[in-house]
Amino acid sequence: MSVQCVGEPILRNEDERLLKGDALFTDDVQLPGLLHAAFLRSPYGHARILSIDVEAARQSAGVLGVYTAKDIGSLMNPAPLIVPPPPIEGLVFNQRTHTALASSKVRHVGEPIAMVVAESRYLAEDAIEKIHVDFEQLPVHLDIEDSLQAAESFVHDDLESNLAAHVVQRRGDYEKAKAEAHRVITRRFTYDRGIAAPIENRCVVADWNRMGKRLTVWDTTQAPIPIRNGLAGMLGLTENQVRVIAPHIGGAFGAKLMAFYSEEMLVPWASMQLERPVRWTEDRHENFYSTSHERGQVHEAEIAVDQEGHILGIKDVFIHDTGAYNNYGLTLPINSQCCLLGLYHIPSYYSEFRVAFTNKTLVAPYRGAGRQHGVFVIERLLDSVARELNIDRAEIRRRNLIPPDAFPYDHKIIYQDFAPLVYDSGNYEPVLRKAMDMIDYDTFIRDVQPRLRAEGRRVGIGIVTYAEGTGIGPYEGARVQVLGSGKVLVVTGVGTQGQGHYTSFAQLAAQQLGVDVTDVEVVTGDTDQFHWGTGTFASRGAVVAGNAVNAAATAVREKVIHLAADLLSVSVDEIDLVDGKAIHRADPEKSMTLGQLAAAANPTRGAVRPGTEPGLEATRYFGPERGTTAFGAHAAILEVEQGTYQIKVLEYVVVHDCGKVINPMIVEGQVHGGVAQGIGNAFLEQLVFDDQGRIKNANLRDFLLPTALEVPRMKCGHEETPSPLNPMGVKGTGEAGAIPVGPLFAQALDDAFSDVRLEILDIPLNSSTLWHSVQEQGENQVAIHEWT
Amino acid sequence: MKPAPFEYMAPESVDAALQLKARHGAGAQWLAGGQSLIPSLNFRCLKPDYVIDLNGLRELSYIRFESGQGVRLGGMTRYHELEHSDVIRQHAPMMHDAIPYIAHDAIRSRGTLGGSLAYADPAAELPTVTTALRARYLLRSESSERWVQAEDFFVGMFQTVMQPDELLIEVEIPLPKAGAAWGFIERSRRHGDRVLMGVAATLTLQPDGTCADARLVYQNGAPAPRLAPQAAASLNGKALTDEHIVAAAKQAAYEEIDPESDVHASSAFRRQLAFELTQRALRDARERGTAAISEEGAGA
Ligand SMILES: Cc1cc2nc3c(=O)[nH]c(=O)nc-3n(C[C@H](O)[C@H](O)[C@H](O)COP(=O)(O)OP(=O)(O)OC[C@H]3O[C@@H](n4cnc5c(N)ncnc54)[C@H](O)[C@@H]3O)c2cc1C
Repeated sequence: MSVQCVGEPILRNEDERLLKGDALFTDDVQLPGLLHAAFLRSPYGHARILSIDVEAARQSAGVLGVYTAKDIGSLMNPAPLIVPPPPIEGLVFNQRTHTALASSKVRHVGEPIAMVVAESRYLAEDAIEKIHVDFEQLPVHLDIEDSLQAAESFVHDDLESNLAAHVVQRRGDYEKAKAEAHRVITRRFTYDRGIAAPIENRCVVADWNRMGKRLTVWDTTQAPIPIRNGLAGMLGLTENQVRVIAPHIGGAFGAKLMAFYSEEMLVPWASMQLERPVRWTEDRHENFYSTSHERGQVHEAEIAVDQEGHILGIKDVFIHDTGAYNNYGLTLPINSQCCLLGLYHIPSYYSEFRVAFTNKTLVAPYRGAGRQHGVFVIERLLDSVARELNIDRAEIRRRNLIPPDAFPYDHKIIYQDFAPLVYDSGNYEPVLRKAMDMIDYDTFIRDVQPRLRAEGRRVGIGIVTYAEGTGIGPYEGARVQVLGSGKVLVVTGVGTQGQGHYTSFAQLAAQQLGVDVTDVEVVTGDTDQFHWGTGTFASRGAVVAGNAVNAAATAVREKVIHLAADLLSVSVDEIDLVDGKAIHRADPEKSMTLGQLAAAANPTRGAVRPGTEPGLEATRYFGPERGTTAFGAHAAILEVEQGTYQIKVLEYVVVHDCGKVINPMIVEGQVHGGVAQGIGNAFLEQLVFDDQGRIKNANLRDFLLPTALEVPRMKCGHEETPSPLNPMGVKGTGEAGAIPVGPLFAQALDDAFSDVRLEILDIPLNSSTLWHSVQEQGENQVAIHEWT
Repeated sequence: MKPAPFEYMAPESVDAALQLKARHGAGAQWLAGGQSLIPSLNFRCLKPDYVIDLNGLRELSYIRFESGQGVRLGGMTRYHELEHSDVIRQHAPMMHDAIPYIAHDAIRSRGTLGGSLAYADPAAELPTVTTALRARYLLRSESSERWVQAEDFFVGMFQTVMQPDELLIEVEIPLPKAGAAWGFIERSRRHGDRVLMGVAATLTLQPDGTCADARLVYQNGAPAPRLAPQAAASLNGKALTDEHIVAAAKQAAYEEIDPESDVHASSAFRRQLAFELTQRALRDARERGTAAISEEGAGA
């Protein structure tokens, strides 16, 4: 057998390239004659465009083209709907996607109205300033509840309200459960808007080759293949005439998944018009307005429990903010709806949501993608039950966990992948127990907290759980080939944005073929190399593309072994693949390198047996029947500084189960990054709008991201419950870290202020809002001294 | 986010720089560390016709101690030079302690003392600190020169008494008196961020433990560095008991400052912070003053 490398914390193949600055990012692409695009964007949240005068801009120095809606022909068709609504009975969905440029009206600040292409970005921006637009301002819809109440001037003129969708899903009979309940608790929760803010903004470079009749597009996208196919259609080309390359990407988190952004349609189009390469690099200010947002929801939730705190049923009625358009369908609110169910057995569930159009940037997935909100609601509801029934917070969770013998567990509602929400496998109590042990939950509550409180320190502990639906279909593919050098090439269609695919996919191939991980070259995100697949999202890379790589590598292994057995004149079960060689187990002197075998598999003269395929190569696809559910628990101890309400994380523990682990170091990296973003979501990041829909903090000075100083050291624990839905037993882990941090912070802070019975219902928080909440609870300066 | 066109000039002497500025006036901007100017240009908030680069003027970059007088700092002295200067550590320790709160290393290696004062951001550290230290600033134009006390220099948010043709040449910090003590404390949401609230307290502690010359200055307590003269006066001539400290903090926080609400914090929360931080700054000053007195006593 070959050396075990799957499951090992192997250093990442890509890090040297990234650290030395040798990795190509889209904005690095340099081409002779490159032109630069800039966009005139709406200064208003909602306004009619009466006229646009571009004459002065056309005369501006260095300008090659100025384009408005009336110049761009078929690009003015509404952008495609990315995810159609799932088959849920009675579902209402009013599809309204954007056009590449606004024509009759603008629906959010930052919506593009005109594009200028010039010899430099400076000159393009000079020309932008010379475009004159006459607007007639319209009432602006910002608040999601008000927006649904509005009686006129809707975001979309042809609708009769701002309602974008309405969905009800139910399991069992909630009203009956409520009638039988020992206690029913209702709460109102809000979760406000934020953005993903990847360190690399978006960028598109397009190069139309007039002689070759081919268009090459470098794009910071998570989904290069759908972009290729879509662009071909929009631009009247065949798929084969378009090559889309998503090179290294400096973070995406879902925000580079939205397709098509206006710039993604317009920049390639402009390159064809002008027959020169064109680049647009989003600046940070544009990123706040033109890249998708996430998170805005308001929930009215209700939980019915028996005397022991067992959940009898939950009712949740919420509004989801989709912004001005709904290109991404219902993925986010359905994720919220499904993730609310968490790790718990909830016999009856009534969940109803309405989606509101507002005059804000469109909403699309951002790491967690609606899961946060659902988890916030269920975890906060459980905390309220724990408090009212005087049950320990970890215990109330333990009591409600789905038992290990109940899998596969059917929640009896529809998930974002259109399939029923069925958890494939799980074993929840060990994860909860491990998190408690790692943070010394019982000791903290019994000894540590009373002692610190007596010293006048405000400290609190929190513990929460979450389920993470991952690894959804439809499918991905991979091609694995042994090269003449004996090195192995792995090619797949999914793009990569820092997840470590160059290593984890390499590990899968290395394991099958007995080569060193550094001898496996992984190519992703180039449609000329592989053109089937959908992209990197929903924590699906390892599950869906990973299983395809594994299958292709296994097939190549078979070919290698058969060829070696043939050439060495031994039987196939006597061959081992080790150190880049096929060896005869009994007599290791008898061997051939993979390079020699690759050459032998590709003869240049002579004859082959009829039906022989050349090379040591295989292509395989993997499409799971449905998503697989990962899960975990987070626990933390927070301290609030007296008088200033600044928060410090004293301890942070994550216990995660994502099935079989390919590389535990990469999994921990995903968890660390996720928690960092979770902390940002919980305590730092919030978009604040003025009454015109302008963002008051559209810069990284005032939109605060967590830095290394705000992210604590974390202790990570793993459990492994394999998934039965794929041969490797893996589950996704990309979003785990980010999902439960809001309710965790809320619970720990409630605990720190238990003397005033603080209850946090809104995320994000900050020191100022925390202080106000505590004031409202009537805290007085002496309360802390009265603590026992 | 690219600037509108401008003409760039790099004079080689202060005199040449002042001549250029006299000619172009408000149509020209001085470029010091560029940490505030460049973003303003890139956002096209400012569209000057000329940018006059001060970075070639070595003569404006210095830190000098003059015995009997005080510390003299050139307008183009960088934060990181101040941060690592022994002169500052010894003779203006409050400034030494405050500088690490300014942004991060990268910004401190470019940003300048003169730039910070001229920019007059109420949330900046050095306007408040130099006001608390009773510094004065030397302003020069092609035809004249004047000294302005720090507390008279700032007139509002991003506004000072400087004329378009003037350049901030030097900052002079007077030598502290015997028994001088200070406290500086601030809080921001993340380290290095624009401060939510900051307070600089200076005073002298008499050998008998009574307080004199108290001054309290607030960073982000108003559109410009804000003094709290009544709270400060209430401390003078008295022992710095906890009771007096709390009373002064209350008066300053709830009556003398006027903080704004913004995306980071409400005005009410900023008053709460001022109340808390003032107490801490005064207790720190009391501790330092008490130590200074006993040292002097031991030395005598
Ligand atoms: C990310 C970030 C974080 C920051 N955080 C902080 C912080 O926490 N605290 C803080 O105090 N500051 C902070 N700043 C601002 C920084 O300190 C600036 O450097 C400072 O405000 C301006 O100094 P400068 O030398 O860069 O001036 P410039 O940006 O070059 O100039 C600013 C203005 O002052 C004028 N000017 C400059 N020098 C003179 C002079 N000698 N005489 C007359 N006019 C002059 C210029 O014409 C211009 O109008 C931060 C900046 C950044 C980018």
